[in-house]
Amino acid sequence: MADLVSHPDEVKVVSRRFGQGAANLDRYMELDGYKALQKAVAMEPDAIVNEVKNSGLRGRGGAGFSTGMKWSFVPKQSAKPKYVLCNGDESEPGTCKDRLIFEHDPHSVIEGVMIAALAVGAKSGYIYIRGEYRYLSIIMQKAIADAYARGFIGKNIFGSGRDLDIYWHGGAGAYEVGEESALMESLEGKRGIPRIRPPFPAVVGLWGGPTVINNAETLASVPHIMLGGADWYAKLGTPKNGGTRLFCLSGNLARPGVYELPMGYNLKKMIYDVGGGIPNGRQLKAVVPGGSSTPCLLPNEIDVPMDFDSLMKAGSMLGSGGVVVLDDAQCIVKFALRTMKFYQHESCGWCIPCREGTDWLKKTLIRFHSGGGVIKDIDNMQYLSENMLGRTFCPLGDAAAMPTIAFVKKFRKEFEDHLDGKPCPFEPAGAREPEAAMAH
Amino acid sequence: MKFSEEFETRFSQMVTHYPTKRSALVPTLLYAQDEVGFLSDEVISEIAGRLELTELDVRNVISYYSMLTTKPRGKYNVQVCTNISCLVRGGEQILHHCKNKLGIGHKGTTADGMFSLEEVECIGACSWAPAAQVNYDYHENLTPEKMDKVLDEYQKKGMQ
Repeated sequence: MADLVSHPDEVKVVSRRFGQGAANLDRYMELDGYKALQKAVAMEPDAIVNEVKNSGLRGRGGAGFSTGMKWSFVPKQSAKPKYVLCNGDESEPGTCKDRLIFEHDPHSVIEGVMIAALAVGAKSGYIYIRGEYRYLSIIMQKAIADAYARGFIGKNIFGSGRDLDIYWHGGAGAYEVGEESALMESLEGKRGIPRIRPPFPAVVGLWGGPTVINNAETLASVPHIMLGGADWYAKLGTPKNGGTRLFCLSGNLARPGVYELPMGYNLKKMIYDVGGGIPNGRQLKAVVPGGSSTPCLLPNEIDVPMDFDSLMKAGSMLGSGGVVVLDDAQCIVKFALRTMKFYQHESCGWCIPCREGTDWLKKTLIRFHSGGGVIKDIDNMQYLSENMLGRTFCPLGDAAAMPTIAFVKKFRKEFEDHLDGKPCPFEPAGAREPEAAMAH
Repeated sequence: MKFSEEFETRFSQMVTHYPTKRSALVPTLLYAQDEVGFLSDEVISEIAGRLELTELDVRNVISYYSMLTTKPRGKYNVQVCTNISCLVRGGEQILHHCKNKLGIGHKGTTADGMFSLEEVECIGACSWAPAAQVNYDYHENLTPEKMDKVLDEYQKKGMQ
């Protein structure tokens, strides 16, 4: 459904079957489908874990934790059943990559979940897909049914003597559920409220059993690593940041789209070359480099390699791979307000700093954008955000605070231009949506 | 109460997928809502009974998820994204346009019950912004003119 794009700098690993009809099982088999699983079946579980560890694959959901390491935390012996849970609740604003994987290559996710299950000794895997992605759920349910019918999933997979079941599960609209402990709550039929850790899911997860939770893109990368080898995959990227990643280019670009580029690809090149630069004779104003929760970068800060460690050094995060580009016609106060409205709407309300902090920040930004701000509000917003950091059960509080701090620090002048009843310099009077109507 | 055969087949399979019955709750609610139009008292009571939960348990879950509703909506629920990637490419203008054309606001329903309108959070169409979903169908790279066509098509379809 969504249009595919391409660029000569792309290195197609996860996206290599996009646009080739690989949702069809026969076609998937022609394109090396289920070969990685057959290879994994013949391997010792520890050897699978080591291969993934050595590949340098890090979580594509946003946190960037070593996937092999995560798997190694699952205890070998467990009285309770172990599980693999694929996180396909993709909801971070700016992120639309898992959608393409589910649409074009659903079997690669199934295969990745199965390899993870072999590695940690799980007998069941769940693929959680957000409720809005109904058409993808239909594709995934068919893919699972086809693989069962062929005997790839179920009893004695590929003659290994191992039984493995894979199920689909659907959400019903909640960003918070993308957080791993809230995801488990949701799968258990509850409100998606985070769990306190420790214990970590690898020890006590779904229904109390040890659970590996990985993002859909992470799991879809695993079969390619098994076939191509850890060394090959690691070398595609930069040190400690193995492989490639799907970057979702959006915003004020000439050629927005989802492009698969090596880890460490230069952000400036990504914007001006791959994304075609800023259209309509406009200039770059800011970039949100890894989804709405990551601090924005200014035009003089974008000459950076897009990998987890380099972005951290640049004061931001690689996050979920959602690169949102803003041109100089965009109002930062408005952008900060829309970001905060989102986090306020999605806060589950469990922790006070997040529930109250996002609400106060939203109210302050609404007042500010409508010209009712006072100078003290600017420092207050920063102070309030800084006090949310690290004080909540899950990272949603941080996700709301981090971009806000960057907006206030890097665009203080623009906030000052909205003070004391002055109209927004970017929107002529009357063109603006009444703020009361914006609250939802 | 009676659901479709498809619902019953799906439900009876789904409850076998988990070690606890309750785990089937969220997708079951969404499929029930798709059939009935909203989660009525009757639906809530039925699902609570089937999954051995109290109605309060079920209502607590419903109130958490933004797609679930206990109020009837229009035949076509128009969900316009105004989150950051859509915002910078005119998502608010699309929403404004829909409000004017349909004569309703956020979470409103037209008098004939044909359309509901909702301003929604990111729907995962960022690279094809601005975007909207009508029920489950995606409409992307929208302009006000394109949105008009989309709405007209649903209007025609709804009259048949």
